[in-house]
Amino acid sequence: MTSTVNIHIDGQPLSVQAGSSVAAALAATPTGCSRLSVGGEPRAPFCGMGICHECRVTIDGRRQLACQTVCQSGMRITTGTATHRP
Amino acid sequence: MNSALPSIAAPSRRCDILIIGAGPAGMAAALAAAPSGAAIVLVDDNPAPGGQIWRDGPGAHLPPLARTHRERLSGAANVRVLTGTRVVGLGSGAQPGDAPALLLEDGERGWTQHCGRLILCTGARELLLPFPGWTLPGVTGAGGLQALIKAGLPVRGQRIVIAGTGPLLLAAAHTAAEAGARVLRVAEQASWSALAGFGLQLPRWPAKAVQALPLLAPSLRAASHVLEARGEHQVQSVRLQRGTGEEVLECDRLACGFGLVPNTHLGQMLGCELNDRQGLTVDAVQATAVPGVFAAGECTGFGGSDKALVEGAMAGHAAAGDATAALALAPQRARWQGFADALHRHFALSPRLRDLPRPDTLVCRCEDVAHAQLNARSGWIDAKLHTRCGMGPCQGRVCGAATQFLFGWTPTPARHLLAPARIATLAGTDESTP
Repeated sequence: MTSTVNIHIDGQPLSVQAGSSVAAALAATPTGCSRLSVGGEPRAPFCGMGICHECRVTIDGRRQLACQTVCQSGMRITTGTATHRP
Repeated sequence: MNSALPSIAAPSRRCDILIIGAGPAGMAAALAAAPSGAAIVLVDDNPAPGGQIWRDGPGAHLPPLARTHRERLSGAANVRVLTGTRVVGLGSGAQPGDAPALLLEDGERGWTQHCGRLILCTGARELLLPFPGWTLPGVTGAGGLQALIKAGLPVRGQRIVIAGTGPLLLAAAHTAAEAGARVLRVAEQASWSALAGFGLQLPRWPAKAVQALPLLAPSLRAASHVLEARGEHQVQSVRLQRGTGEEVLECDRLACGFGLVPNTHLGQMLGCELNDRQGLTVDAVQATAVPGVFAAGECTGFGGSDKALVEGAMAGHAAAGDATAALALAPQRARWQGFADALHRHFALSPRLRDLPRPDTLVCRCEDVAHAQLNARSGWIDAKLHTRCGMGPCQGRVCGAATQFLFGWTPTPARHLLAPARIATLAGTDESTP
């Protein structure tokens, strides 16, 4: 049995496999998206390796790259998809 | 032109050898330099060492070589590994005889890192080329998909199409299949004859041939490339060119990678020259033309992890002052350079890929700049000034390489900042202390 950690994305509680990146966790949200583009299009993790910045989200109040951040218990993640405001 | 950021008063630290990038090259450099007793700092922006190829995570299966490297590193008392730490720019106030200082930032604080010698092992990134629909959620890089799966992305039962070029496509397909995905197609833009030519070369490097065989997927098609990703809010199908015909496949994910681009922004910011492989130019012991600065691995021109391991070890020995030990590895370096040559020769990009974007296809994903807006521009700087192309958070790392292929432009490296940084880092205040 694999261990899990509990996090919140846009206020919704979520349980993910321990060691998962925040980018991987985003896939379990309804849209899977991280932000809206300048032109208002939804965007999701793209390069997976910290290059493209498409996966930037706010984690515990700081803007970070979801693909380079490991989920920690209690983490509060806010996407820029405007479906939920903090 | 390239200069340290003005008015930096960040707290500073010093080490003997600073290594940027903890992939195979960076790990090998640290391990080669460690017996000298030098104080070594190994920095990586990812949560764990390993780089791309040895990326760890809940979905990763690390090869034994990666494990032994990590174990040896953690056993070296004079090597400090700083993960989750990125270079945001150049520092100021380097001592005479030292390598240039760098401004580093982790999740908590920023500081100026001084060092006697600097080894750049900044790796390579995927070449990500624009095509209609490539901004849809569910479309990723090929190596990008592999990295996300290793980091825990669930793909079990998902239908996945992988397209682009190079051995990384097969590696990504293998990782996806192991994680329970259904890989419907691996579309390789190179011709069967190019693939066969590469395959015939492989016995020169038996270890590579052994690695390659299990990766051969029945879904592999040569002379095939992506034309379009379709979907409402998420990719739902992909249209592929197949020889002279087309095929449409319904899918949950599309992963496209068009080869690798050396990460040279930091090296160029420091004043290093580029070679004909778009990598950093180095000499017989991996030294760049900038005093005290060495480079190793994919950032000198992509060629795989074996080349990176040898080059990293050479740079580590040389930076620790043992040029003899570095030069003793020259035959190994030449052997893996031959493999790199074969990669470059057999997976050259078809010019047809330049025709993929439509006028309204976005090329710069950060600033939403369309192909038609760029078509009218004369070069990279002209495009930046008129369209903001390349001026978003990725600082042209995606669109710069894309426009180099699409329009033949030469993207110029950043002058001051390599990555978005916190104001507190730049102002030199430590936000972790109240």
